Amino acid sequence: MLIDLHNIHKTYNNGQPLHVLKGIDLGIGEGEFVSIMGASGSGKSTLLNILGILDNYDEGEYWLDGKLIKNLSEKEAAHYRNRMIGFVFQSFNLINFKTAVENVELPLYYQGVSRKKRNELAMHFLEHFGLADWAMHYPNELSGGQKQRVAIARALITNPRILLADEPTGALDSKTSVEVMDLLTELNRTEKVTIIVVTHESGVANCTDKIIHIKDGIIGETTLNEQHKASIFGTTTIMK
Amino acid sequence: MKFDTDTYREILDALMRNKRRSFLTGFGIFWGLFMLLFLIGGGNGLKQLLEKNFEGFATNTVIIAANETTKPYKGFKEGRSWNLQYKDIERLKAMVPELEVVTPLLPEWGRTATRDEHNASCSVKGVEADYVKVQAPTMKFGRYLNQVDVMHKRKVCVIGERVWKTLFPDGDDPCGQYICVGGIYYQVIGVDVCTSNINLWGNSADEVTIPFTVMSDIMNSGDKVGVICTVGGPGVNMNELEGRIRQVIARQHYIAPDDKEAMRLLNMEVMFSIIDNLFRGINFLIWLVGIGTLLAGAIGVSNIMLVVVRERTVEIGIRRAIGATPRDILTQIILEGIVLTTVAGMSGIVFSVLLLNLFEVITKHQAVFQIQFGTAVAALLLLMLLGLLAGIAPAYRAMHIKPVDAMRDE
Repeated sequence: MLIDLHNIHKTYNNGQPLHVLKGIDLGIGEGEFVSIMGASGSGKSTLLNILGILDNYDEGEYWLDGKLIKNLSEKEAAHYRNRMIGFVFQSFNLINFKTAVENVELPLYYQGVSRKKRNELAMHFLEHFGLADWAMHYPNELSGGQKQRVAIARALITNPRILLADEPTGALDSKTSVEVMDLLTELNRTEKVTIIVVTHESGVANCTDKIIHIKDGIIGETTLNEQHKASIFGTTTIMK
Repeated sequence: MKFDTDTYREILDALMRNKRRSFLTGFGIFWGLFMLLFLIGGGNGLKQLLEKNFEGFATNTVIIAANETTKPYKGFKEGRSWNLQYKDIERLKAMVPELEVVTPLLPEWGRTATRDEHNASCSVKGVEADYVKVQAPTMKFGRYLNQVDVMHKRKVCVIGERVWKTLFPDGDDPCGQYICVGGIYYQVIGVDVCTSNINLWGNSADEVTIPFTVMSDIMNSGDKVGVICTVGGPGVNMNELEGRIRQVIARQHYIAPDDKEAMRLLNMEVMFSIIDNLFRGINFLIWLVGIGTLLAGAIGVSNIMLVVVRERTVEIGIRRAIGATPRDILTQIILEGIVLTTVAGMSGIVFSVLLLNLFEVITKHQAVFQIQFGTAVAALLLLMLLGLLAGIAPAYRAMHIKPVDAMRDE
C-alpha cells in the first residue's frame, strides 16, 4: 500500500474542542484513482490536510510509501511535501505575480534545480497540457480551466507519489469541470499517477475508480466504481 | 541560506512585479537617508561659507584701544583722555610672555587714493610686518610689507582689491606703479585680496596699508599708537590673559585698576567660540533630525512589511505547501527587506549627492557642500543594518505561516 492510515484521530482545540476525525483506517494503493466524498464538516478536508502533511494528527499512524509520517519537523514536512506530494486546490492557488511557467517551476526552485533546467521541464509540462502558448501569461489572464491545468502541471513537475486534489472543480463551470476530470483520468491511466480527489460532488466522484464516503469523522462505505455508473455529471445531482 | 543568483532573481521578481508596494516600502528609507546626507552636506557647506568671513584672522586675538577714563585715580580727574604708546608694546612683550605677537596699528579713515585720472576713497592703516600674524593677507600680486620697509620708512603700500580695481581698471599687475594718498606718493608693492569680513577699521578691500613708521610721521603722532593687536601663542587662553594685559597698561597710564571703560579690550576668541558653539549645536541637530528620520523610515519599512506579509499569507502558504521550508521563507523576506532598503537608500544617497552638487554650482564653488565618500559608505552600511533589523519582525511572522493558511485565507 502506498498510503496506510491506522486509527487516525484529530481534534481541533479552538476554544470548544472539536473531535473531527474519529479513527480513520484507510489504505490506498499505487496507481489508484480515489475520491473522498462527504458533506461539509464531515472531516474530509482535515483528512486531506493530514494526507498532504499540511497538518498533524493526534493519534494513530500514517505511513506514506513505507515511511511513518509523524511528528515531523517543519523542514522534513516541507521536504516530503516537495518530493512526494502534489497539490491541486479549489481556488487554484497560483502566485499571481508569476507567469504560468514560473508558477509551474516553483517547486523545483525549492529543490535547488537550476533556472534553465526547471524552465525546460516546466515548458515541457505546459506543452503536454496544451498550454505552451500561455506560458508567459499571468494567472489573471487565464481562464479557470487553464489555471487549474497550470496548477496540475505545478503539482506534477516534481514527479510526486500522490496527487491530492481538494475540490479541483469547485470553482469551475460544468464543461471545464469535465475537462479537468478527464485530464486527471488520463494522467491516472497513462502516467499511472496515484490521485486522491476530495469532493462533495457526486459527478466528480463518479469519474474516479473508488469512492470513499466519510461521515462525521469515520469512513463509511467504500464503493468500487470501475464502471463509472455511480452518478454521471449533471444527471442525478444538481450541478451548477 | 542560499546566496546564489537564483535567490536574488526570485527576490527581484517579487519586488519588481509589485512595484507600487515596493516603492511605498522603500520610500521611507530613501527619504531618511536623503535627509541625513543632505543635512550633513548642507550644514558643512554653510559652515564653510560662514568661516570664509573669518578667513586669515587669528582666532585668539585681543585688540586693545584707549578710551576716556571714567574714574578719578591718583590725582587725575575722571573723563581724562589718554593714548596707547609705542612703549606699551615693549612692556606687554616683557610682562606677558604668553603673547606671541604684540603689534601696533595706526588707522585713518576717509582718505582718497589717486592715480592719473582715477581716484578711490580708502582708509589708510600703518602696520608693522608682524601684523600678518593677526590677519593673514591673500596676496594676488607682489608681497606684503616687511620689517625693512618699516625700518627705512619706505613709502610703499599694499592696496586692497577694490582700490586696485578702481585705480588700475585694466586689471594689470600694479607693482612698481605709484599712487597718491594725501599728497604723498607711494609705490605699490602688493595687492591683498583677502575676502575676510572681519575688518579692523574698515573693509580690507578699501584699504591702503603702509609702514607704521611712515604713518606715524605723516600723522605726526609721536609715540602714540592707535590700537595694539595681541595674539596668544598656541594653547593660550586669552580670557585668562585679559586681566594681566589690563594691569600692565593701566599702571603705566595711571588708570584705576577697576576702570574697565578706560581701556577697551576686544577679545576675538569669545566671538569665535560663540560661532563654534553655534555650529556644534547645528551639527547636533542635523544628526538628531537625520538619524531620527532614518530610524522612522526603517520602522516604517518594518511596519509596511508586516502588513505586506499579512497580505501575502496566501502566497507564502502556497510556497510552504509546495515545499518551501520555514527557513526559505525567512531568508526570502529578510533578503527582500535588505535589497529594498539598499536600493532605496542608494537612490537617497545619489539624490542627495546630486542636490548638494547643485548647491555647489549655485554658490559658485565657494564652499564644499558635498559629503565625503566615507560618510556615504558609512551611511550605506548603517542602512543595510537597518534593513536587516527592519526585516526581522516581518520575516518571523512570515515564517510561522502554515501551509493550511493558504487554503483557509480565501
